Amino acid sequence: MSLKILAVDDSRTMRDMIRMALIPAGFDVHLAEDGVHGIEVLDGLAPDAIITDINMPRMDGFGFIDAVRDQEEHRATPILVLTTESAPELKMRAREAGATGWIVKPFDPAKLVKALQMVAG
Amino acid sequence: MSEQGQNKDLELLTFRVADQEYSLDIMSVREIRGWTRTTPMPHAPDYMRGVINLRGTVLPVMDLARRLNLPSQETNERNVIIVVKLAGTLTGLLVDAVSDIVAITEDDLQPPPDISSDPQMSVVRSLTVIDDQMIRVLDLAAVVPVSSDEAA
Amino acid sequence: MSDQNDPMAEIRASFFIECEELMEALQDGLQELDDGSEDPETINVVFRAVHSIKGGAGAFGLEALVRFAHRYETVLDEVRNGSLHPDSEAMKLFFLAADHLSDLIRACRDETEINESTSDELLERLDALLGEEGGAEEIAPEEFEVQGLSLSLDLDLDLDTATGDDGGDEAESTALYTIRFKPEQELFATGNEPAMLLRNLCDLGEARVRCAFGDLPSLQDLAPETPYVEWIVELRTDAAEPEIRDIFEFVDGLCELEITGGTSPLPEPQAEAEAATEPALPEAAPPPPEPDPVATTDTGATILPMGPRDAAPEPAREGEGERKATPAAKSVVRVDLERIERLVNLVGELVINQAMLSQSLDEAGLSPHSDAMNGLEEFQRLTRDIQDSVMMIRAQPVKSLFQRMSRIVRESSAAVDKEVRLITEGEATEVDKTVIERLADPLTHMIRNAVDHGLEATERREEIGKSRAGTVTLTAAHRSGRVIIEVADDGAGINRKRVQEIAVTKGLIPADAQLSDGEIDNLLFLPGFSTAKQVSNLSGRGVGMDVVKTSIQSLGGRITINSEPGKGTTFSISLPLTLAVLDGMVVNVANETLVLPLNVVVETLSLGTDDVQMLRPGNYVVRWRGGFVPLYDLGVMLGYRSHRQTDPGSIVLLIVLEDGSRAALVIDGIQDQRQVVIKGLDDSFYRAPGIAAATILGDGQIALILDPADVISGMGHIRGTDLMLSERKIANE
Repeated sequence: MSLKILAVDDSRTMRDMIRMALIPAGFDVHLAEDGVHGIEVLDGLAPDAIITDINMPRMDGFGFIDAVRDQEEHRATPILVLTTESAPELKMRAREAGATGWIVKPFDPAKLVKALQMVAG
Repeated sequence: MSEQGQNKDLELLTFRVADQEYSLDIMSVREIRGWTRTTPMPHAPDYMRGVINLRGTVLPVMDLARRLNLPSQETNERNVIIVVKLAGTLTGLLVDAVSDIVAITEDDLQPPPDISSDPQMSVVRSLTVIDDQMIRVLDLAAVVPVSSDEAA
Repeated sequence: MSDQNDPMAEIRASFFIECEELMEALQDGLQELDDGSEDPETINVVFRAVHSIKGGAGAFGLEALVRFAHRYETVLDEVRNGSLHPDSEAMKLFFLAADHLSDLIRACRDETEINESTSDELLERLDALLGEEGGAEEIAPEEFEVQGLSLSLDLDLDLDTATGDDGGDEAESTALYTIRFKPEQELFATGNEPAMLLRNLCDLGEARVRCAFGDLPSLQDLAPETPYVEWIVELRTDAAEPEIRDIFEFVDGLCELEITGGTSPLPEPQAEAEAATEPALPEAAPPPPEPDPVATTDTGATILPMGPRDAAPEPAREGEGERKATPAAKSVVRVDLERIERLVNLVGELVINQAMLSQSLDEAGLSPHSDAMNGLEEFQRLTRDIQDSVMMIRAQPVKSLFQRMSRIVRESSAAVDKEVRLITEGEATEVDKTVIERLADPLTHMIRNAVDHGLEATERREEIGKSRAGTVTLTAAHRSGRVIIEVADDGAGINRKRVQEIAVTKGLIPADAQLSDGEIDNLLFLPGFSTAKQVSNLSGRGVGMDVVKTSIQSLGGRITINSEPGKGTTFSISLPLTLAVLDGMVVNVANETLVLPLNVVVETLSLGTDDVQMLRPGNYVVRWRGGFVPLYDLGVMLGYRSHRQTDPGSIVLLIVLEDGSRAALVIDGIQDQRQVVIKGLDDSFYRAPGIAAATILGDGQIALILDPADVISGMGHIRGTDLMLSERKIANE
C-alpha cells in the first residue's frame, strides 16, 4: 500500500521537487500551494503524512500545523516541516506548533523518502 | 559530403534562361513548381517578380533572366519556378524551362574566364561542357541577395 | 540526484520561470514599501520571494544565487520582524539588490558569467544596514559561511545520516546496544509515534524489544494522553551509534533516551573507539515486570522478537505511483509556447481554408439561404471564436515589461544623476506575448532617452520652478482594437530649433526647409539622427530612435511624438493586439488585391466633380467635411501604375492615422471586409516600403497588407511637408 502524502509549499519548484522525489518511490502525492489551500485539500484526504513549508502566503506553516492539529482526526498525523534553515530555533518553533519533524531544504530525494518512512511507516 | 575529395560527384539541375543553359547544384534545389501568378512588391528591383504562396508561406520569386541582365521573355505556362534554399531562406527563381539533371565530377568543372566586368559572369561559379554545350554553373549566393539592405 | 537528470532539467526550467514570477512579486512589494505601505503582508511577500528563490537555488546547487539571496533575505527578515526600518537609501539598496538578484538568476539560467564583485559590494552594503541597526553581532560573518555551506547541494538531514547510508565500512562489525526509550507527553502532541521509532530501530538489525509498564497508574488515574511506558531495546546492529540517534532526531528532547553498549561480541577496535566517545551511561536497570491488562493486550513483561522489517513501503512501483498521483486542483496550466504557436498556426490555416471554402461555395452560385450557406456562416462564426480564444492564450499583461522598465529608470537616472520617478499605468493591459518580448528593447531605449534627453538636469528643474524629481510615465491601454503604449516625460520638450539645425547640418533636410513642429519632431526618427552633443553612456550604444521606429514597425506598430515646450514629450506606440490576425479591408488597386487595416479606414467616399483640387502639378487635395485632405492614388504610390486616376466617381478611402493626420487614398474597388491571417515577410529578402505583411486569400493568391502611414511617409517628407503646409493654407483661407 502506498503512503498518501500531502505536501504544502508555495514554491512551484519545491512542489515539483517533492513530487519528483516521492512519486517514483511509490508515494501517492497530493499538493497544495499554501496553508489555506492545504486545509482545503486535506478535507477528506486522510494522508499518512504531511509535508509543509513555513513561509507561505495566506496561512504560513505554523498556522497550517495549528489548523491541522485542531482537527481530531489529524492530531497524530505526522507533519514534516520543510525549512531552509537548520537553525535549532526554527525546529523548536515548528515542534511547538506540533510538527513531527523537519526536512532541511534543499533535500535529497532519498532523504525525504527515508524521513517520511520513518514517521509514517 | 566531401569524403571523396576532388572526384566528388556533383549533380546539376540544368535549365534555360533566355535561350542560354544554366545550372545549379541540385543540393540547393528544394522543389520545382509550375508558374503561378506572382503578387508584385511595390518599388521592388525589376528582377523581383513578387511573391507567391508556397503552401502557406510567402515565397519571394526572382526573374532570373532580369537578374542576369538577359532579355526577359513573356511568361507562359511552360515557365517554372525553381525553389532554392540558401542560408535557411527559400527563394523562387523564375526560369524558362528545366532541361535535365546531369551528374558530373568536380574535375569536369572549369573556372570561368576572368571577365569579372561582365555582370553575367560574376554570378557564374564555373563552366562545364555537356554534349558539346557550355553550361554555366551559378553561384547561388551571388544570385540571391542576402539581405534586404541591398535591395532597398 | 544525478540519476534523474531529465525531470531535474524540467524542474530547473520551471524554477527559472517561477523566479520570474517571484521577481515580479518582489519588485511589486518593494515598490509598495517604497510608497509607504504599512501592510505587514507586503514585507512578507518580499521576504518570501527572496526566500523561495533561495530555496529553489539551493536545490540546484546555484551557490552564487543562494549566497546572495540568503544574505539579502537576512536583511529583509530584520525588516519583517520590525528591528530594521528602511529609509529611502535602504529602499534604493533593496531595489538594487533585487535588480542584481534578477541578474544572478539570469546568469544562472543561461550559465553565463556571474558578477560576484557586484554581489560582494551589495552584500557589504546590505550588511551595513544590519550594523547600523545593531543586528551585526547576531549574524556574524562566519555564521554566514557555515550556513552557505549547509545550503549546498550536498546538504543533508544531518551529516552523519550520510555515513549511515553507505556505512559499508562497518559491515562486518556488529555491536550490541541497549536502548532505553521513554516518550514524554509532548512526543505524541507532535504526531510522533513510538511504534514507528521502534520499527525504525528494528530496521537497523536484530532487535529484542521489551516494554516496561513500571509507572502505569491504576485505571481510574490513567490520563489518556500521558505516556507511562518505556521500552528497552536490545539491538544487534552494524550501524554506528549516531545512526541510532538519528532515528530519534525528531523526538530529541521529547523523550528520555539512553543508548549504551556498542561493544562488539568480538572485540572491534573501531566500534569501541566510537562507543568510547560517548559518555558512559550506567546500564539501565530493567524495570520489574508488572502485569496490567489495561495498557496493552500484551500481558506482563513482553518480549517481542522483531526481525528487520521487509522494506515496508513498497519502493518504486512506478506505474501505480503515477496513476495514483493526483495533484491538487490547479487553476493554471503551463503550456510550452511552441504548442501554442502550433495551435495558432493551425488556426491560421483554418481561417484561410474557411475563406477558400467560402469562395468556392460562392462561385457555385448557392442561394444565400441554402443549408450550405447557413452552415458556412456558422462555420465562420466558430472559426472566429476559436481564433479569438487562441489569441487570448498568448495574451499576457504588460506588467512584467513595465517592471523591467522601472529598473531601467533606476539605472539610467543614477547614471546621469537625475532624480526620476516612474509612474506606470495600465499594467494589467494584455498584449500578445511575442509583442511584449519584442517591445522590451525599443521601450528600454525610449525610457533611457526620456531620462537622458527628455528630463532637465535636477538643478535646472529647480531653477525653473519644477519639482526636483522628473517624472516618466509609462502607460498601456487598449484603444479601438490596438494597444497604445506611451512613454511621457515632464521635461523641457523637444528643442525644435536645435533639432532642425542638426538635421540641416547632417544634410537630412535642405537648409531652407519649412517644417511644421510635428515634422521637426519626426526628424528624430531619421536614421543617423542624434541630438546628444556628447554620447552619454546611456543613450549611446549606437541605437537611435530610427531603430526604435523600425522595430515598432516590424511589429505592425507605429510610433508618434507629441512634444510641448517646457511641459514634456510623449512618445506613443500603437500596436496590433496580436501578430497573427488582422481585421482588414480587402481592396483592388491596379488589378492587385491589397489589404488595409480596417481600423485606419474611417470613411469611404466617391469622388464628386468638384471635390479634387490641384495644389500644383502632382499634388492634389480632396474636400472633406469643410476641410482639405491630401489625396493619394494608391496605385501610383505603390508603383503599380504611373497615372493618377482621380476621375469623378473614383472610390476613395479616408484614413486617419494615430497621429491624427488624415489622408485620402484612391483605390479601384472594395472587395470585402474580413479577418486575414498575417504572414510575415521577414524571410523574403526584399522589404517593400509601406508593406507591413502579407496574407493568403481564398483563391490561394497572396495579398499584401499595407501600412498606410508608412506608404504615405514613403512619399518623402519634403513633398509631404509642402502638401501639409498647403493643406493648412487652404484650410485657413
